[in-house]
Amino acid sequence: MNDFLQGLIEAFRLLVTLDQDLVEITLRSLQVSLTAVLIATAIGAPLGSWLAVTRFRGRRQAIACINALMGLPPVVVGLFVYLLFSRSGPFGVLGLLFTPTAMIIAQVFIATPLVVSISHQGLRELWAQYHDLLISLNTSKRQRMTTLIWDGRRALLTAALAGFGRAIGEVGAIMIVGGNIDQATRVLTTAIALETSKGNFSLALGLGIILILLAIAVNLAIHNLLRTERASLW
Amino acid sequence: MKLNIPAFVAALAVLLSAAHAETVRLAVTTSFHNSGLSDTLLPAIQQELGIEVQLLVVGTGQALRLGRNGDVDALLVHSRDAEEQFVAEGFGVRRCELMYNDFVLIGPKDDPAGVAAAASAAAALSAIATFEKRFVSRGDDSGTHTRELHIWSLADLDPDEFGSWYSEVGAGMGASLNTASALNAYILSDRASWLAFGNKGALALLYSGDAELHNQYAFLQVSQARHSHVKAELASRVERWLSGPRGGELINGFRLQGESLFRHNASCNG
Repeated sequence: MNDFLQGLIEAFRLLVTLDQDLVEITLRSLQVSLTAVLIATAIGAPLGSWLAVTRFRGRRQAIACINALMGLPPVVVGLFVYLLFSRSGPFGVLGLLFTPTAMIIAQVFIATPLVVSISHQGLRELWAQYHDLLISLNTSKRQRMTTLIWDGRRALLTAALAGFGRAIGEVGAIMIVGGNIDQATRVLTTAIALETSKGNFSLALGLGIILILLAIAVNLAIHNLLRTERASLW
Repeated sequence: MKLNIPAFVAALAVLLSAAHAETVRLAVTTSFHNSGLSDTLLPAIQQELGIEVQLLVVGTGQALRLGRNGDVDALLVHSRDAEEQFVAEGFGVRRCELMYNDFVLIGPKDDPAGVAAAASAAAALSAIATFEKRFVSRGDDSGTHTRELHIWSLADLDPDEFGSWYSEVGAGMGASLNTASALNAYILSDRASWLAFGNKGALALLYSGDAELHNQYAFLQVSQARHSHVKAELASRVERWLSGPRGGELINGFRLQGESLFRHNASCNG
């Protein structure tokens, strides 16, 4: 129990004193994961919508593949992106390894399958309702997809938030491609891993509590901003 | 407006190189960082040389791999054979011995295998094997793991034949110490990581002092001939500073919990 109490106290201390290192790594966590989710949603929402309105050979297999990719271990993604951007790899000349950009790329790989899969599931149900109407109006495929994306924006928001949840809590990939460099690529999760390895459990737990608070704050902020989850607008 | 592309590219190149010019990437072993020595040395290097050293804290095995791929400019590691091979294969410019400390045998305070009174490091490990007391091994090709295997071989024992009391955790020093602490097991650690470790539990330092436990750290510059983008000039300035009197002063003067941890013994060959 003592460790939990110490962790709470540590989280409180970090928050009250607004520890400068903490502010820096928290902002970097937000920057990396929000950017990654933005990109993942820009790819995932149209793809999910396309999967909902299109019938083609191998569609079920494609959906099964995307669902399976949701379980991709972050370490594998990290290793893959490392090999791509290593100086000895195909994109080595760009010099992106151990930068926040590389971390964003890795998290796009991690979040996109989740965003595609969840938005497809949401939009598929909407498509079942809209199907006859949109067909009878003789709409183009592009128009159908746009309609689904607009009217299904709540489902897409859920998909994006799920992607954000996976990205912000992920440590395996960004540890490899970011390197956890102090004041350059250290984020909340890699700092937690580092403190755990030093045996500083209370600090690690304190950072973990802050990570959860941050995730809650982002979710609430987005709901507020987009006026979702309110009784009058259900 | 007509874009002057060559001028634009040149300006971009200047901008990019200015942003990166004074940064060196150094892959180091966990002990260098977890002990807090890097917090003493890096600000001094920044201040006196104007070079920002970015640390990648990894095991020796991964550090050498990053060096081979040209992803870092220099390494600070402790596994002599692997380092010499790294230089011989042309990935490193030369091997510069920098400082040393020692490995220590950690175990439960009540010492059920009686290693505290052992005559040598090999005898201590033999005793653990005889009594089949829990032993946690790094199992990750790190410098510490390599040394542990070397001492088992001195004792004429082969870890592959050990029973379930021998646990290879395949993790870094800190994570392995956490496991050993939870299992109340024996483990070989470098002195710096042990002293700085915050979750000692019922473990204590039981055996140290054998010459076989000498732990030499070396600085290796990644060869520019292999990887043309490597910042050789900056890396050799860091090498000169670390092996010079100023580095020596700070390394010898570094203390953790009142104990002096590293001895400077710089000598570069090649």
